[in-house]
Amino acid sequence: MIKAILIFNNHGKPRLIRFYQYFAEDMQQQIIRETFHLVSKRDDNVCNFLEGGSLIGGSDYKLIYRHYATLYFVFCVDSSESELGILDLIQVFVETLDKCFENVCELDLIFHMDKVHYILQEVVMGGMVLETNMNEIVAQVEVQNRMEKSELCNQN
Amino acid sequence: MALKIVKGSIDRMFDKNLQDLVRGIRNHKEDEAKYISTCIDEIKQELKQDNIAVKANAVCKLTYLQMLGYDVSWAAFNIVEVMSSSKFTYKRIGYLAASQCFHENTDVIMLTTNQIRKDLSSPNQYDTGVALTGLSCFVTPDLARDLANDIMTLMSHTKPYIRKKAVLIMYKVFLKYPESLRPAFPRLKEKLEDPDPGVQSAAVNVICELARRNPKNYLSLAPLFFKLMTSSTNNWVLIKIIKLFGALTPLEPRLGKKLIEPLTNLIHSTSAMSLLYECVNTVIAVLISLSSGMPNHSASIQLCVQKLRILIEDSDQNLKYLGLLAMSKILKTHPKSVQSHKDLILQCLDDKDESIRLRALDLLYGMVSKKNLMEIVKKLMIHVDKAEGTTYRDELLTKIIDICSQSNYQYITNFEWYISILVELTRLEGTRHGHLIASQMLDVAIRVKAIRVFAVAQMATLLDNAHLLTGNMQRNGICEVLYAAAWICGEFSEHLENPVQTLEAMLRPKVATLPGHIQAVYVQNAAKLFATILKNQEGNTDSTAAQETSQMMIDRLPLFVQSANLEVQERASCILQLVKYIQKLQQKDVEVAEEVSALFAGELNPVAPKAQKKVPVPEGLDLDAWINEPPSESESEDEQPKAIFTKEEPKHSRPRHTEVDEKELARRREARKQEQANNPFYIKASPSSQKVYQEAPGVEHIPVVQIDLSVPLKVPATTPSHPTGLPMSDQYVKLEEERRQKERAEKKKKEKKKRKEKRSGRGKKHDSGPESEEDITPAHVVDIVTEEMPENALPSDDDDKDPNDPHKALDIDLDNLLETTARRPLADSEKLPVRSHRAAGAPKSSAEDGEAENATPQEPKKKSSKEKRDKKKDKERDRKRSKEEKKKKKHKHEEKEEDLLGGQAEEPVVQSEETKEVEAQPTSTSAEVSDLDFWLSNAPVPSNTQEAATVAEAAPAPEAPAGTAADSEPEEPKDTETEESKSSKHKKKKQKKEKEEKEKKKKKKHHHHHHHSDGGGEESVQNGTVEEEEPLPPMSNYCLLAENSYIKMVCDIQGNLQDGSQVVVSVIFENKSDSFLKSMEFNVLDSLNSKLQRPEGSGPHDGLTVPFQLPPGVSNEARFVFTVQSIVMPQKLKGTLTFIVKNEDSSTHEKLDFKLHFTCTSYLITTPCYSDAFAKLLESGDLKSSSVRLEGVNMPFHHLLARICFHHHFSVVERIDSCASMYSRSIQGHHVCLLVKTSGQTVSIDAKCDEPTLLGNVLDEIKQTFSQC
Repeated sequence: MIKAILIFNNHGKPRLIRFYQYFAEDMQQQIIRETFHLVSKRDDNVCNFLEGGSLIGGSDYKLIYRHYATLYFVFCVDSSESELGILDLIQVFVETLDKCFENVCELDLIFHMDKVHYILQEVVMGGMVLETNMNEIVAQVEVQNRMEKSELCNQN
Repeated sequence: MALKIVKGSIDRMFDKNLQDLVRGIRNHKEDEAKYISTCIDEIKQELKQDNIAVKANAVCKLTYLQMLGYDVSWAAFNIVEVMSSSKFTYKRIGYLAASQCFHENTDVIMLTTNQIRKDLSSPNQYDTGVALTGLSCFVTPDLARDLANDIMTLMSHTKPYIRKKAVLIMYKVFLKYPESLRPAFPRLKEKLEDPDPGVQSAAVNVICELARRNPKNYLSLAPLFFKLMTSSTNNWVLIKIIKLFGALTPLEPRLGKKLIEPLTNLIHSTSAMSLLYECVNTVIAVLISLSSGMPNHSASIQLCVQKLRILIEDSDQNLKYLGLLAMSKILKTHPKSVQSHKDLILQCLDDKDESIRLRALDLLYGMVSKKNLMEIVKKLMIHVDKAEGTTYRDELLTKIIDICSQSNYQYITNFEWYISILVELTRLEGTRHGHLIASQMLDVAIRVKAIRVFAVAQMATLLDNAHLLTGNMQRNGICEVLYAAAWICGEFSEHLENPVQTLEAMLRPKVATLPGHIQAVYVQNAAKLFATILKNQEGNTDSTAAQETSQMMIDRLPLFVQSANLEVQERASCILQLVKYIQKLQQKDVEVAEEVSALFAGELNPVAPKAQKKVPVPEGLDLDAWINEPPSESESEDEQPKAIFTKEEPKHSRPRHTEVDEKELARRREARKQEQANNPFYIKASPSSQKVYQEAPGVEHIPVVQIDLSVPLKVPATTPSHPTGLPMSDQYVKLEEERRQKERAEKKKKEKKKRKEKRSGRGKKHDSGPESEEDITPAHVVDIVTEEMPENALPSDDDDKDPNDPHKALDIDLDNLLETTARRPLADSEKLPVRSHRAAGAPKSSAEDGEAENATPQEPKKKSSKEKRDKKKDKERDRKRSKEEKKKKKHKHEEKEEDLLGGQAEEPVVQSEETKEVEAQPTSTSAEVSDLDFWLSNAPVPSNTQEAATVAEAAPAPEAPAGTAADSEPEEPKDTETEESKSSKHKKKKQKKEKEEKEKKKKKKHHHHHHHSDGGGEESVQNGTVEEEEPLPPMSNYCLLAENSYIKMVCDIQGNLQDGSQVVVSVIFENKSDSFLKSMEFNVLDSLNSKLQRPEGSGPHDGLTVPFQLPPGVSNEARFVFTVQSIVMPQKLKGTLTFIVKNEDSSTHEKLDFKLHFTCTSYLITTPCYSDAFAKLLESGDLKSSSVRLEGVNMPFHHLLARICFHHHFSVVERIDSCASMYSRSIQGHHVCLLVKTSGQTVSIDAKCDEPTLLGNVLDEIKQTFSQC
């Protein structure tokens, strides 16, 4: 199970948070801070797994993250997930973002948090991996975007 | 209206959208909070408008603010409004917001049930998808209960997009509403073979998640997963399945054996590192579960270790990390294979990556041996010095202690070395683990008696140099060590070199700056020291020294008397008065030493950490019962201050009665005595309870070496003012080396001598390999005292289970569901609630409707000659029995009565073809469970499986003769069996063209139709998968009990394993009329041997009320428990069902007589048995044998076996070609063993059982079963 997905930038500003277990807002912020603190002090050439986030989960949970330019993508997962599998999944997610936004950059995530959520929803659902095939994900996202467009056109 | 819309859209032009909000926040970096609060005000205004677009926009912005940490739960109702918009765009916004901020305690959630249900059934798949996604994040127990059935229907949706989401969300539903697991499981299982890979992957995902928590319930799915593993190419699915197998293998070693080969193949063939890694992991799990020693296993281990080494050596830090992680798993069972890579692991300790260093540390833990412990710890100590950052250093510290103390200090050969390591560790700055070091010091000093002299000396130095430790109060953690030091010096003060000096050190004014609990120990142990000093000095002629000591105590103690800490104060003032009194006596020249030291006489023994918990509750003591009368409510209110304590220890909150009478006192005394008797702290150490842990060939055999002490044991040798001078431990390492060398040399000498003495001697008596582990003897005779446990401690190891684990509720026996649905169908209470039906009051769900109807077997209308024969047989049997039991007159009488009735009433039909056809699902699964055994015991070639399956599917099976099919697939998994079973069915049909066969066909069609509609769009494919799971013609154990124009009763009889004298009869009542049936009463005339269990207080002839009413056309099941005494004979009980038939205008009383037939089979319980245990059983010679021959059995052998398994509750132990051994057990523990052989159409069954009568009857029943087909 995936317990949380966090995206924040090099300064710890959250760009997307998705908890699959309830935490109150202040707790969420604390978790983001702690995670940022743990992740940001690591060099880029060390491994992408991290134990010891004390706020989420406990010993069974690991942080698996990737650092792309200005953004950290952090997945908090338990032992039923394959570590390398999740790393691949992050890659798939980022590539999907790249396809959907055409050369995605931090600004896309800042201004279109909702869209990023919709894309993520096609990848992970309720903490479980829903789809790993990028073409399938992109196709579903596009159909839904078209629906949205047509609805808005009809209205105006 | 139009105007309103126009107005709305104009308004919107001025509203901020999400982008504007983000931009605004970025432009107001200085006063962000203020800006956001104005935005929130705007949002509140927008939410008040009627326009849904405006509202949705506002909610979207709120979602963004929620991410920034703002609580937006106040808008929950507006979110629900947006969710219920008919437009997808807004709905999606609403659900997103809900999934971000709703949780179980959000009260508006209960308003959403209907909306979500509507969205789930929306024709637009994306509406459904969005609802599912949202629901997955905020599903509550109520939502789960109300929507479980809707979601289950979606699992068969035509669109794979919806199917996969529905499958995934079921996991969340199970978590919140565990009751849904049983009814939903068959369909979930079906999805494992969904044609869409996404759906399949989702199903694998969910089942893996479930199985991880309660693996044993999913063992029966192993063959299916095995098939998936060998066929799937989706790495994601493969990884999940392989991980699942890792969890299953510990439960079933045979599974592991089967897995090794395909996994090894995958390891060799795959290029995906993630898959390779998981394979290695599971192979490791398999090897752990298997008892090692088989040659090919060591090859697998080598393969794993070798692959892992490649990972660890990889430049990719991730692989390195994972390699180490997996290596640590191998370490637990195969330490030797890992130890050869010590170089690599030590190298990783120097890695720049902390995660990797920590993993390497974990590995070190298992790699130590007596030989290398000192070396490894030395290396770690260097790392401790170098380490920057306290977390890593603390980790190192705990690891050092873990490594040294593991398995009861198994690897420590020199405890002096260990103590000095501990002392060196006290010099760590800022460590948090002072208490850890302290507890080690205490543990070693208490349990290793031989080390006490040395330990006391070291501790005395520590106390002397306490200022070094406490000089900087910031380093608070480490002063815990002084706690241990003071206690050791006090408790074992007889070993102190200079007790006065130590006493002086313990009473320094500086001590008052230590934490309270440490001061308390100081004070208490100062008193112990004082006692020792007195004892030493009393012998002397000069009494002034003793008096000086007393004076010092009297001078110094007042400092502690003033302590703010209560404990310190109390102890100090107590001891101060004591010393003052002693001083008085001393001045009178009275000898007091003896009496003072008596205060501290006796040795304290270590107590195991769980000792207290394991004290058994003495018989007759009810811990929950009140000792005194419970206080009246008003009383407890009066005693308000006590309420503070109530929270912590409710026991102490009992009201104290001021007047206690004598009796009460005596009782309390008694209770206390009892308590003391069981309290570990009161147990006097008995010598037997202290085990000697070091290898013990007898103390005299251990060559006790005179140590040439180049380092004096006296600690002052290291400069006392500055113990950092040189690490003491290093000197011990050197010493130890020398000692070992000497020892080795000595041994060699001895051996040479021995060899000379007797050359033909039986090899080496000392089994001294050149450097074997056992060779290294400890430096001195060390006896490690084990911790004490109370007498008759309870052997409970499940202390650590978390009672609050949500997965506990999901520990539902699905096998039971799979194996015996026919016998234990889903009870009505287990079916998923459906809204419409609930409103109508009918206790049935639409999904199960068809099944339930089908589950009611039809009455066989013809009375065949076979049945008549059966009747005769029964009569004969009854007569026989009555002969045997002549003595029991009453019994006999009843028997006769039964006999008479037996002639009149309809014979309960044991099995009819029709009943077999009816229940599809249960049988497919029941066969599967027995399949698991087949599957595991046979060794099919995995790659063949698929080919065979495809071949079988391609062939036009129906016309193929059954015999050949049976021959061609003796060991194939079920796929082929399906086809085959079909063919045999067809053949039968051709042979017997009877009327009811046609009916059967119809029914069958109906049945399939039901399945089709179930399967939604993919009819053909769905059907295919269903058929695949059906290896055998469906069977049911339900047989007709009685029937009239109103009602039909079918029943199944099962023994109860938990209670050797109970039989459970499940009866399905079906209302055949158009009227309402109510007030049903079920009554049976008890015999001496069998009695219906009635609720307490009811008479022996009272009937039991059936706990439901039946609307027209509805059926429901009730269970009745009977107690039986003897189970060796079948028997019949006469009974009556009375009920009221209610029409619109009238109601009539009706009754229906029936006869319950308890066959001997119903006393048997399917019990798996391993072949070795089976062989033993047969060898034991306690069993009587008997045999039977069946002629003209025209069915494949495995069908025959499955029938015996199913109808007679046997399990297959072993099957070789056309011969199989089977086993079952009666509820009273009789073993029944069968050897079934077939040749042509003749089947011979040789049977053994410890109860010949029972065996004879069981065989008769088996014969009867087969004579009917």
